[in-house]
Amino acid sequence: MNLKEWIFTTDHKRVGVLYLIGSIAAFGVAGVMAMLMRLELSQLGPTLTANPTQYNIWLYAHGAVMILGFQIPALTGFFANYCIPLMIGAKDVAFPRVNALSVWLFYVGIILAILTFFIPDPPDVMWTGYPPYSILTTGNTALYTFTVLILGFASIIGGVNFLTTVVYMRAPGLTWNKLNIFVWCTLAAFVLQLIFVPVLGTAVTLISFDKYLGTHFFDPARGGDVLTYQNLFWFYSHPAVYVIFLPFFGVVYEIVATFARNRVFNYAMVVYGGIFGIVALSGVVWVHHLYVSGMADWIRIGQMVTTLLISVPVGLMVIGLVGTLYKGAISFETPMMYALGVIFLFLIGGLTGIPLALPSLTLHLSDTYYVVGHFHYVMAVAGTFAIFGGVYYWFPKITGRMYSEFWGKAGFWLTFVGVNIVFWIMMDVGVKGMPRRYYDYAQFPQFEHAHQIMTFGAGIIGIGFAVAVINWIVGAMRGKPAGDNPWGSMSLEWTTVSPPPHGNWPTPPSVSEEWHPYGYGDGRVSSDEAILHTPDVPRVS
Amino acid sequence: MAEPKAYLADPALGWDRLWHEVIVDITIIGVLFALLAAWFIWKYRRRPDRQQGEPPKLTPAAGVAWTVIPVFVFMADDFFLAANGWQLWNTYRDVPAERMEVQLESGMYSWDYTYANGVKTQNELRVPAGKPVVLRMTSRDTLHSHFIPDFRVKEDSMPGRVTYLWFHPKKPGEHLVTCAEYCGVMHSYMSGRIVVLPPQEFEDWYAAEAAKLQPVPAAKPAAKKTKKSA
Ligand code: HEM
Ligand SMILES: [Cu+2]
Ligand SMILES: [Cu+2]
Repeated sequence: MNLKEWIFTTDHKRVGVLYLIGSIAAFGVAGVMAMLMRLELSQLGPTLTANPTQYNIWLYAHGAVMILGFQIPALTGFFANYCIPLMIGAKDVAFPRVNALSVWLFYVGIILAILTFFIPDPPDVMWTGYPPYSILTTGNTALYTFTVLILGFASIIGGVNFLTTVVYMRAPGLTWNKLNIFVWCTLAAFVLQLIFVPVLGTAVTLISFDKYLGTHFFDPARGGDVLTYQNLFWFYSHPAVYVIFLPFFGVVYEIVATFARNRVFNYAMVVYGGIFGIVALSGVVWVHHLYVSGMADWIRIGQMVTTLLISVPVGLMVIGLVGTLYKGAISFETPMMYALGVIFLFLIGGLTGIPLALPSLTLHLSDTYYVVGHFHYVMAVAGTFAIFGGVYYWFPKITGRMYSEFWGKAGFWLTFVGVNIVFWIMMDVGVKGMPRRYYDYAQFPQFEHAHQIMTFGAGIIGIGFAVAVINWIVGAMRGKPAGDNPWGSMSLEWTTVSPPPHGNWPTPPSVSEEWHPYGYGDGRVSSDEAILHTPDVPRVS
Repeated sequence: MAEPKAYLADPALGWDRLWHEVIVDITIIGVLFALLAAWFIWKYRRRPDRQQGEPPKLTPAAGVAWTVIPVFVFMADDFFLAANGWQLWNTYRDVPAERMEVQLESGMYSWDYTYANGVKTQNELRVPAGKPVVLRMTSRDTLHSHFIPDFRVKEDSMPGRVTYLWFHPKKPGEHLVTCAEYCGVMHSYMSGRIVVLPPQEFEDWYAAEAAKLQPVPAAKPAAKKTKKSA
């Protein structure tokens, strides 16, 4: 393996793998922060550090790196890059060099993010960075601003690239109704990124202006307004949860359809009802993050209704997923275990969000561990399970080798048990009043035991994820050859060799009339028979 | 309380009631979906004689029905919850006319209360049992959130705006106040308490404090105004 080839690569698959390596590294760093926090909280009073600011820095880094450095890049960087061209039968993305630029911008972004630990005053502003504190603190927020701007820019050029790719480079015969659900989901996520990332960029830039250039956007003493920031921030960051949700659910759809060897239930409902519905509503629900912020009453009530309505498209997507199991022929390899795990974790996470849609209930629940438990279930844990399941699923394609099924399942069960211990208890102590972002909880000595159990559970989670990552590394180096289509999937990416060469197929594929990525149950076991390789047909684009 | 619909007049009671209702609602939905998924997973596992799924072929009409019917079911539940949520919201936001007003200024890291007659306290709010209390809140530095878990209420305070919350202390006792919006280094230590006193005891304390404020003999009309039997 030649390092130079990787650094100068423009191959979408290598770019994807670079994204994967970076985002898993970020996950490791942010995961260590989580373990440090859990250790700190395992007892009343100071445990690891006597300095609350140290805890606040871990918490800031954990949240910001998990979201900006791990989940968004893993989903819209790794999976999108690796899978989309293969799924649509293209030889690469539309602008391969731009693609290479975006992955290296991503690396600059996470290196900047990690550098924050080595500067004299690391930021202690939480991933939300609300003023006035983010402006008053001596913690340096400039690196945070630059990280967000760089990652945002990488994401925008990635979005343009993938929209162009899917619109213009689909294989002949691959119509819009034959797109994989994952491709639809990711397109939707990129549309959201293109619309909303600039708003986040604005918000963090204005913070830096106020802090370092002496402007007063958020200073009421000089005519500014502190709430403006919260509105700008969540106007992006709520859609951002769909930027995470949509692709990870898309990954789960791919896994479930393949391992159930079954047609996706009611494809049109999933795409036009579920995915389109989420995009349509995503921009009008952000105030549910500001239910106790002092917003006008009418907008709190208005967005209570829109927030509840989100359950409609999300519900359709869950129906489509559970319906795909119906009359399937389900097998239970590691990727499927993670995907099935997501169904249950997401049910818990999604439904516990319903109380949080009601401003009246939120007056008690907001900013407690209930919220922390809820969003870990719905986004952090469900999303991470989908990412891990997806890496396992495409592992044979990426490396041409097989991971160890035993260690795969062992890692799955460890994390599955661990997350339920930690995050269920979190919701419970939250309802009883435990506020979030607490370095210590002297007012709540009755929760010490619960905190101890959570720390123990976090240890199990940590071991489980470590087992998975080690399994990948060992599998990539020494796994048995996997073959081109070990799962018997119909989807196009499995029709080429593993690992696919530069350009993906020796001759560009085109698909037949009858072929569908989920065309199971027509008596075929492999996708190959449905694909027509027609080298003589000149391709558009 | 024997009085019907007490929950409409007291946010804390209303909260417990609505919480219970919503938990029942989401538990039913969650258990239904989880059982259905578990049953499918078990029933349709791959067997030697079933290597492929046998998906139902949906006609276009069935596809539309499978979309529209769930949409209406979900929306029905949403609007049901929205109506209940809104009703409780009105309870939270409509402050009873008969009430005690207290100003709150939050700061890193204390709760500073000012009563109508000018009496000031820090991190301890004394109130008479039986009378609704409304806090008019602002902040002198960062965001804070005055959270009283026992009364199921919080709201942020911030510079440049005045926000409010109210609660209905009924029995003498003590209740924790703790900060729920990240406000700085000592956020987790920013706590205080609400001390609910028997009305007479409160009046005595209130009058005595007011007297301390003005060494020059003066009338104490402010103290009178808040007098109320339990
Ligand atoms: C895997 C094990 C994990 C553990 C044990 C864990 C633990 C925690 C804890 C203890 C807190 C906050 C406590 C406090 O409020 O003081 C927290 C906050 C948070 N976590 Fe995690 N977490 C994990 C994974 C993740 C993942 C995968 C994500 C990905 C999105 C994530 C995103 C967040 C965010 C956004 C916050 C809020 C940060 C803030 O308040 O600014 N966590 N986590
Ligand atoms: Cu949100
Ligand atoms: Cu605070």
